[in-house]
Amino acid sequence: MLTISPSPHEHSSETVSKLMYGVIIALLPAFIASVYFFGIGTVIITVTAMVSCVIFEFLIQRFLMKEKPAISDGSAMVTGMLLAFCLPTNLPVWLVILGSFVAISVGKMSFGGLGNNPFNPALVGRVFLFVSFPVQLTSWPVAGENHFAYLDASTGATPLSIMKEGMKNGERMTEILLDIPFYLDMFIGRMGGSAGEIAAAALLIGFIYLLIRKIITWHIPVSILLTVTVFTGIMWLSDPTLNPNPLFHLLGGGLMLGAIFMATDYVTSPMNVKGMWIYGIGIGIITVVIRVFGAYPEGVQFAILIMNAFTPLINKYVKPRRFGEEVTDG
Amino acid sequence: MFKTFRPGGIHPSENKLTAGSEIRELPIPDQVSIPLNQHIGASPRILVEKGDPVKVGQLIAQGEGFISSSIHASVSGKVLKVEPVVDMSGYKRKAITIKVEGDEWMEQIDTSAELVREIALERHEIVRKINESGIVGMGGAAFPSHVKLTLPRGENAEYLIVNGAECEPYLTSDHVLMLEKAEQIMVGAMIMMKALDVEKAIIGIEKNKPDAIVHMSALSEYYPGIEVQGLKVKYPQGGEKQLIKALIGREVPSGGLPIHVGVVVFNVGTLFAAYQAIQKHKPLFERVVTVTGKNLAAPGNFMVRIGTPISALIEATGGLPENTGKIISGGPMMGKALNSLEVPVIKGTSGITIMPDTESRRREIQHCIRCSKCITVCPMGLEPYLLMAMGERELFERMGEEQTMDCIECGSCSYICPANRPLLDYIRLGKAEINKIRRARKN
Repeated sequence: MLTISPSPHEHSSETVSKLMYGVIIALLPAFIASVYFFGIGTVIITVTAMVSCVIFEFLIQRFLMKEKPAISDGSAMVTGMLLAFCLPTNLPVWLVILGSFVAISVGKMSFGGLGNNPFNPALVGRVFLFVSFPVQLTSWPVAGENHFAYLDASTGATPLSIMKEGMKNGERMTEILLDIPFYLDMFIGRMGGSAGEIAAAALLIGFIYLLIRKIITWHIPVSILLTVTVFTGIMWLSDPTLNPNPLFHLLGGGLMLGAIFMATDYVTSPMNVKGMWIYGIGIGIITVVIRVFGAYPEGVQFAILIMNAFTPLINKYVKPRRFGEEVTDG
Repeated sequence: MFKTFRPGGIHPSENKLTAGSEIRELPIPDQVSIPLNQHIGASPRILVEKGDPVKVGQLIAQGEGFISSSIHASVSGKVLKVEPVVDMSGYKRKAITIKVEGDEWMEQIDTSAELVREIALERHEIVRKINESGIVGMGGAAFPSHVKLTLPRGENAEYLIVNGAECEPYLTSDHVLMLEKAEQIMVGAMIMMKALDVEKAIIGIEKNKPDAIVHMSALSEYYPGIEVQGLKVKYPQGGEKQLIKALIGREVPSGGLPIHVGVVVFNVGTLFAAYQAIQKHKPLFERVVTVTGKNLAAPGNFMVRIGTPISALIEATGGLPENTGKIISGGPMMGKALNSLEVPVIKGTSGITIMPDTESRRREIQHCIRCSKCITVCPMGLEPYLLMAMGERELFERMGEEQTMDCIECGSCSYICPANRPLLDYIRLGKAEINKIRRARKN
């Protein structure tokens, strides 16, 4: 029996699940760094989120949507891992499960599952928890002190909240900076913060892996980081006594995690290079505006969700350059 | 410095299994069926009847109209029938079947091995003879060559671009031709340059054929105006528009032809055929065909008479492997799956690729995850995911607005899609529907 089908007759080895497991592999360095600094809490919330995301997706797909469950594609696991990464490691298990439920049910399956959701599901879960349980979501364990402590971990502030507090009280930058970890510590992850956001170095290793495996392109992360650097750089140069330097903004909060892993979510980000730049610049600007002028110390997740909302519009009106569009003479 | 095109492109496994194997003469089969429609354009007028004796190289069907091509007998013997046979389209179409008797060639064909460098014919004589010899594009599209040589009023050619990229996986017919018939290809290029009145020719060859680049570059020293340029290995480097972009940086405008940027493109195989037609008075009735596949006992490159059933080619490589799932005319990226072993070789048949059962079937289609890989790889800057979504909803008007007609059907989008979506299938459907709409509007 001969098979007849139109060309092409060959397919790359790429599959959806390989891409998703690739993202999980890229998140592992940050996971290891987090376990090193926060200990058992990281393991508990990450495993809880991943397992509950998979279970909720299975149940919804099987019994509500009456479809063949597609949990083996790995996307629910990625959602769970990303959700856990933007939660404090001393968060009670039941809150993690609740967040996972919202992420999967409201964030993903209510729109029809993978490929159809307008907002990043992990961020939907995270923002739901943040607005519903602000106290639990803003107490972060101190890095390096809580290897076996989970709910009873000693807590402290994040660099961003120290900055916000200090600026609100009208302190000078030199005074505020005394309370903030050294940049090298912030780079390797020795600072307060959510589970997966602290170690910029580990996240960058993951970024390089994503680029080598061609899972994402560099445009979204670079456009976000560049925008934040330029924006905060101008403010810093205009008055260094009132504004922290750009390095602080790059390393101090969830920017790396957001730029590399959240904003690059396939489904909710623009599909061509021009659109990616618009989206990335938008996220960068909104992040800084919220951090500097807004009520919250951190703004990355809101910035991404806002630009998620613009993505369909960007896809509709920003087109890739067509071949032969303008005749070039070389 | 190796050049390439932008945007897009993919890197499928090259699988050039037959790169090192010399061209072998395939034994003449007992009978051949020569289809009338081997080329793009009108059907030729049949000149023979059942029972007529024919010689090798004899004109048996005359091109009718401007875009058409003549057909010559590839064997000597008697016309057995003029009836439809199944061709590579999968449908029965008219063909001239000849029962082979001996191997008697037309007297005017120069069968000596001697290389003839001097081009005696004038411009218009070259074009006429190319037409009379039934030369068509040998890269696969089989567009009549004399049409390309007849420039539209007001257009001037500046470059002859020669396609030796052979970016299609598995195929090596152009590669071996460049190794064994390099001088003839060079003279063929000089013929085309004379016919087009151009001073410059660039031969583009992908760097996975280093021996061909070295050999052709060395020879090009003796042919003024001809330059050999190495190209990076990237599919579809051999696409006409991509090749022009890589070699001289110009983009053929949407809906336009290469001549609109001062270029005419020919495949190396076409140049070889032109050499034989002009210098040796030999019309196009045989060609090099790569017969390949991972499970073939002895894959190779063969000089094959047009009309030979592909079963004879497969026979010559050790027979059809047991686990065969697909037989492709051409390579895996742009070739056509065949439904019969009796399909005849035609002028555009550059290869036969045998795929094992395990690689023949498509994988299960999943939801689009909007990874945008299809956009990244599209060499024409289109958005395949969007075109497919429109195709599924039958929004053909809007597909037209999204420049679907620019699609060169290279298949890079379907190849790369991690969700196994049949992107090109829907784009083809859209192209057909857009054509219908546009034709209806004209009438």
